Amino acid sequence: MSERPALQLRDRAVKALKDDQMRQAVRNAVDRLSGNKEKAARELPHWEQWREQTRLIRQHTIDNLDYYLKMLTDNVRKAGGQVHFALTAEAARGIITGLCQQYEAKLVVKSKSMVTEEIHLNPALEKAGMEVVESDLAEYILQLAGETPSHIIVPAIHKNRYQIADLFSQVAGEKVESDTPALTRFARQTLREKFMEADIGITGCNFAVAETGSVTLVTNEGNARLSTALPRVVISVMGMERLVPAFEDLETVLSMLPRSATGQKLTSYISVINGPRQAADIDGCEKFHLVIVDNGRSRILADEEYRQSLNCIRCGACFNVCPVYRQIGGHAYGSVYGGPIGSVITPLLENDFAFWGELPYASTLCAACTSTCPAKIPLQELLLKLRAHRVSAGYTNTFEKIAFGLWKRFFKLPGTYKFAMKAASLGQKPLVKNGYITARIPLLANWTNSRYLPAAADETFRDRWKKRKKQVSP
Amino acid sequence: MKASIFITCICDSMYPQVGDSMVRVLEKLGVTLDFPPEQTCCGQPALSSGYWEDAKPVAETMLTAFKNSEYVVAPAGSCITAIKEYYPALFEQNPDQYRQAKELIGKIYEFSEFVVKILKKEDVGASFPHRVTYHSSCHARRFLNTDEYILALLKNVREIDYVPLPHEEACCGFGGTFAVKLPEISEAMVDEKVRNIFETKADVLIGTDLSCLMNITGRLRKQKSNIRVMHMAELLDEGMRT
Repeated sequence: MSERPALQLRDRAVKALKDDQMRQAVRNAVDRLSGNKEKAARELPHWEQWREQTRLIRQHTIDNLDYYLKMLTDNVRKAGGQVHFALTAEAARGIITGLCQQYEAKLVVKSKSMVTEEIHLNPALEKAGMEVVESDLAEYILQLAGETPSHIIVPAIHKNRYQIADLFSQVAGEKVESDTPALTRFARQTLREKFMEADIGITGCNFAVAETGSVTLVTNEGNARLSTALPRVVISVMGMERLVPAFEDLETVLSMLPRSATGQKLTSYISVINGPRQAADIDGCEKFHLVIVDNGRSRILADEEYRQSLNCIRCGACFNVCPVYRQIGGHAYGSVYGGPIGSVITPLLENDFAFWGELPYASTLCAACTSTCPAKIPLQELLLKLRAHRVSAGYTNTFEKIAFGLWKRFFKLPGTYKFAMKAASLGQKPLVKNGYITARIPLLANWTNSRYLPAAADETFRDRWKKRKKQVSP
Repeated sequence: MKASIFITCICDSMYPQVGDSMVRVLEKLGVTLDFPPEQTCCGQPALSSGYWEDAKPVAETMLTAFKNSEYVVAPAGSCITAIKEYYPALFEQNPDQYRQAKELIGKIYEFSEFVVKILKKEDVGASFPHRVTYHSSCHARRFLNTDEYILALLKNVREIDYVPLPHEEACCGFGGTFAVKLPEISEAMVDEKVRNIFETKADVLIGTDLSCLMNITGRLRKQKSNIRVMHMAELLDEGMRT
């Protein structure tokens, strides 16, 4: 999936923390988004029941995924589309590139799709000699900047409008003003031409509907509609779990997705594609392909607890409330999927607990993510389980293992615990000044670089209690 | 009423005065307290870091210590949450310990929760003439819902000038080993917390979780701020004496 970043998590975070512009942009955006979400949740009566309903739909779908995938496949084929299964990212790239070559595509327009980011599709298509244009405004900006999304709903959350104006000015060869209407106008003009010329449209899939064989896309810019209505060939790429059983289930998930993501009741556009154009249709593609990507999802499905992470409806609400994401932004996670949900699914999708197993530690387990998730995924529990998984697989460092081993030996018996407390109280003496340890000495420096550490009291509570009891009852 | 106190390891070693305050307040409210000496730590540091095997023997001390208690009261929501959240899974292989864990979960309360819910006291007759803001700890807030008890108690404190903390719901950045594993992110988080505290112009910050308070105090003192940081039990204890 993702290429491994050169730096470890902590170094990536340190780098991100130095980027004041990015941090300011992220803070502003997540405050606005989570504020809107809170408002939208208050305005929809019985929010908790909607969450439960979302969870039930997702859980039922995931628990019966083979059944619904078969139903989806049958119905897409019945509608005249073709279905392809890709076990790995490499296989998915191969299928999609092969289709584009088969149709002799020169220009491909895409509407935003995280799964195509996950399988690194664009470089593969470009290598095969095609021009690829992202048609989602934010993705287009990132494409110009040569960057990847840093949020699953607001991919360019880390950029401000002045940076965007600079990027557009370079393309235009003249100054593009940094106000929103000017930026939108420029992007719209540039992209419209691409839509008209494109041979192939590639889309993601918010939800496929098993009983009708449809692919549903939600956008605010209408770019999914243009990417699917104008080109001759449409290829929709979906993660294996991204479906619901029936059309009526969309009412629930499409009510929760925009409300949780941006606080909108609905997005501006909801596009439903039902295979290629039929005889009576006035528009639509001639050929429709659905590529269903596994790329590690079967592995997640195999574990009853981790399986819940497939219930995700990709709303990004967990990003918006995560205090860690707030500070470091999305790129520091190093994976296509950042934030709390990314920290859960990345090690599993990658099947790599040595390197990607670091991500579950990018959380204080404050559970803000769990409490906001519209599908009620217990994210902080899963993060914890992944940590335990990494420990038992033996990937944590020796110092930490020894430290917890010692902690256990001292804390498992009241006698040795008392001894350890006394030793700490005495041992710290040379370091204590006015009740705090402030010196930057090895082992403690990670704490004392930014905080004073309170000194252990001369007398523990249990000692005081003993004395008190003696005084009270002679 | 009889209750046992669970003085968490941070309270025992670093903040024994908070334990004293809790004892004084509860005794004034008519509770007979005992301190089972077998207790050490709930095991949370190891549990939240993924070291479940190391956590087990330590968590067992909790089961033993409070086997015969009617109620257990502690000055830390996060330790109680750890017990409620992790113990059933930790002890699921051993029916006897699993039953003991369930019993403990059924009778353990965070201090303010115990005062309001069990003792049914929202007004303890305290007076505290200071500008006070409150940091709501994540575990207590999201698992135990203790904010309502704290706010009920604060509402009845005479002469208090209570100011809500902006971004009250945001984590302070401690997160146990998180603070030492990813210290720079932790610093950025506690820094934002401290900025929000300054914004309230409060003289006193209160909370119910000593680990969060330790983290926030550490940052305040490093920035040479003298804002008083108190546990809720300390505020009531001081307020009941005046």
